[in-house]
Amino acid sequence: MADGTSILKGINLEVKPGEVHAIMGPNGSGKSTLSSVVAGREEYEVTGGDVLLDGESLLDCSPEERAHKGIFLSFQYPVEIPGVSVSNFIKTALNSHRAARGEGPLEAALLLKKMREKLELLEMDKSFLSRSLNEGFSGGEKKRNEIFQMAMLEPRLAILDETDSGLDIDALRIVAQGVNALKSPKNAVVVITHYQRLLEYIVPDFVHVLLNGKIVKSGTKDLALELEERGYDWIKKENAGK
Amino acid sequence: MSQDEILEGVTSTEYKYGFTTDFESDNLPPGLDEEVIRALSAKKNEPEWLTDWRLEAFRIWQSMEEPEWANVRYTKPDYQAISYYSAPVKKQVNSLDEVDPELLKTFEKLGISLDEQKRLSGVAMDVVVDSVSVATTFKATLAEKGIIFCSISDAVHEHPELVRKYLGSVVPRTDNFFAALNSAVFTDGSFCYIPKGVRCPMELSTYFRINQAGTGQFERTLLIADQGSYVSYLEGCTAPSRDENQLHAAVVELVAMDDAEIKYSTVQNWYPGDAQGKGGVFNFVTKRGICEKRAKISWTQVETGSAVTWKYPSCILKGDDSVGEFYSVAVTNHYQQADTGTKMIHLGKRTKSTIISKGICAGHSNGSYRGLVKMGPRAEGARNFSQCDSLLMGDGCGSHTFPYIEIQNKSAQVEHEATTSKIGEDQIFYCNQRGMDTEAAIALIVNGYCKDVLKQLPMEFAVEAQKLLAISLEGSVG
Repeated sequence: MADGTSILKGINLEVKPGEVHAIMGPNGSGKSTLSSVVAGREEYEVTGGDVLLDGESLLDCSPEERAHKGIFLSFQYPVEIPGVSVSNFIKTALNSHRAARGEGPLEAALLLKKMREKLELLEMDKSFLSRSLNEGFSGGEKKRNEIFQMAMLEPRLAILDETDSGLDIDALRIVAQGVNALKSPKNAVVVITHYQRLLEYIVPDFVHVLLNGKIVKSGTKDLALELEERGYDWIKKENAGK
Repeated sequence: MSQDEILEGVTSTEYKYGFTTDFESDNLPPGLDEEVIRALSAKKNEPEWLTDWRLEAFRIWQSMEEPEWANVRYTKPDYQAISYYSAPVKKQVNSLDEVDPELLKTFEKLGISLDEQKRLSGVAMDVVVDSVSVATTFKATLAEKGIIFCSISDAVHEHPELVRKYLGSVVPRTDNFFAALNSAVFTDGSFCYIPKGVRCPMELSTYFRINQAGTGQFERTLLIADQGSYVSYLEGCTAPSRDENQLHAAVVELVAMDDAEIKYSTVQNWYPGDAQGKGGVFNFVTKRGICEKRAKISWTQVETGSAVTWKYPSCILKGDDSVGEFYSVAVTNHYQQADTGTKMIHLGKRTKSTIISKGICAGHSNGSYRGLVKMGPRAEGARNFSQCDSLLMGDGCGSHTFPYIEIQNKSAQVEHEATTSKIGEDQIFYCNQRGMDTEAAIALIVNGYCKDVLKQLPMEFAVEAQKLLAISLEGSVG
């Protein structure tokens, strides 16, 4: 990091198309840093290792190039952009992806149709489109808006950073439903979360525990349940000697 | 508009409209004295009253000092080194075929081919190139409604009673140094009269363009909306790049009679000087409107150009229940300086005014908002709301707000809100993550910030304004 602190110290994670991975861990374990590094946030310096997509390194790519290659990050704290409507924002985003592929802007009618479909999937009213991006949104609306954007952009790898935080049970169900509907054998999802709760709805193929910047344990869905029951202390103890 | 167009604009590095056109000119030699004014007036075949009016303005100007109170620094122009008249030689034009082909090429480069404009957009243009109108379109359509839209030179001959009555009635010759100079030497500009109860069926548009090296431009615009009429007027400006500073001192006068409404929109993109601050246009403009009973004047401006801007489109709310509005986006980048704002003079009862000013400063530039809200003693129940926001980009620029409030009536209400903000790294990263490069992200964020002003502009103009914002801020965040 810019201030010289080293946060991630040993991540070895392979995500294959069609898979859902969950990364769990206590506060400060490096979960959000991991997602920022993969997305290419400049304030983090990668001092070792690599981030590969389809065997190609992403480290020299700008955040927007990574986005064009199919990396999507659902932000834990989505930012507000006053005066920019949800529809204008997503149109700009989608068309910059298309431009990167050498395609022209999506025709207005098709764009509208696509937006309507995805809104329906997330049980969002179409009045949402004309609201200023994230301005005055409730926590649940912000997160749904993230998943809406994910649905529009159809990424190869979606990283959901604590998408469940701040959601009530209904919103959680809707968000999970959206994510599940978008799953395909071609794309993959990494869910970053504190709690097992979201994983009842988005069932992971693998669960990893992140502790002090390292993945210290990997397992299946059962590991998440065990964490829910026993907390993180036993893992901390297990690793204390290493 | 498509975001691709913004992107394309953003990636072009040179000032986009920096080209000049060669065509023959008929110039007066540089210098200014009474003889020059007589010669200018004679060239334009003006009646005696106007020659005298100019000479009086010149005498007033000679007794005045160039103002220094604005928050701008520049080398004062040498007024004796300027040529006060230059006209394209071919000036009798009945159709586009007769227009200088070089000139038509200029219009094409600007993307405003008159042909296209005529056919597609329904916009009537009174085009001012180097001080003399060379083409006026749609005159016939407007004439059916009794609307007069022509060059002010033509109006002097064809409608002398209107010109004589209203010229200088809103901005008197004694108003300020630059207004006095303009009154003495104005060469051309637009004249518009909307008769009683007529709603002008199209946006009236003037494209100003400074073209002759070393020639100052002194347009004069006079717009009269008679009782119960409505007009929307667009003024758009681009200029070729020049090394020496070009002086521009225009005067715009609006008269809105009882129940009339005037919407006056400007997109100003004169050459701002290069990235080192060399060259660029000096823009010292006096714009003012007067509202009679229940009349409304709305100024909307998007200012991205000029090296130095000194401009305060104002409203005198004379009639009871009249309304004044000022919506402004002022962008400064590199070494540009802008001191701009408005004056809302509330004289009548229950008069209302709204001021929305959005300043954006980048590079080493300086932007100031200067505004006066005055509630006169008779302004019973008058109200004003002002919102002045500044957006800073980088740490080399400066943004200043100078609000003046004078209240002489206890029942008047004045509200003033102001914010200063920076574009956040978080906002840019968020946009990057969604696939936008940083320039596109800034364009999007800035357009959002300016939305309350941009939405006041007619559609085509709003599109152009959005592009200009993106172009003007290119390279402002590293």
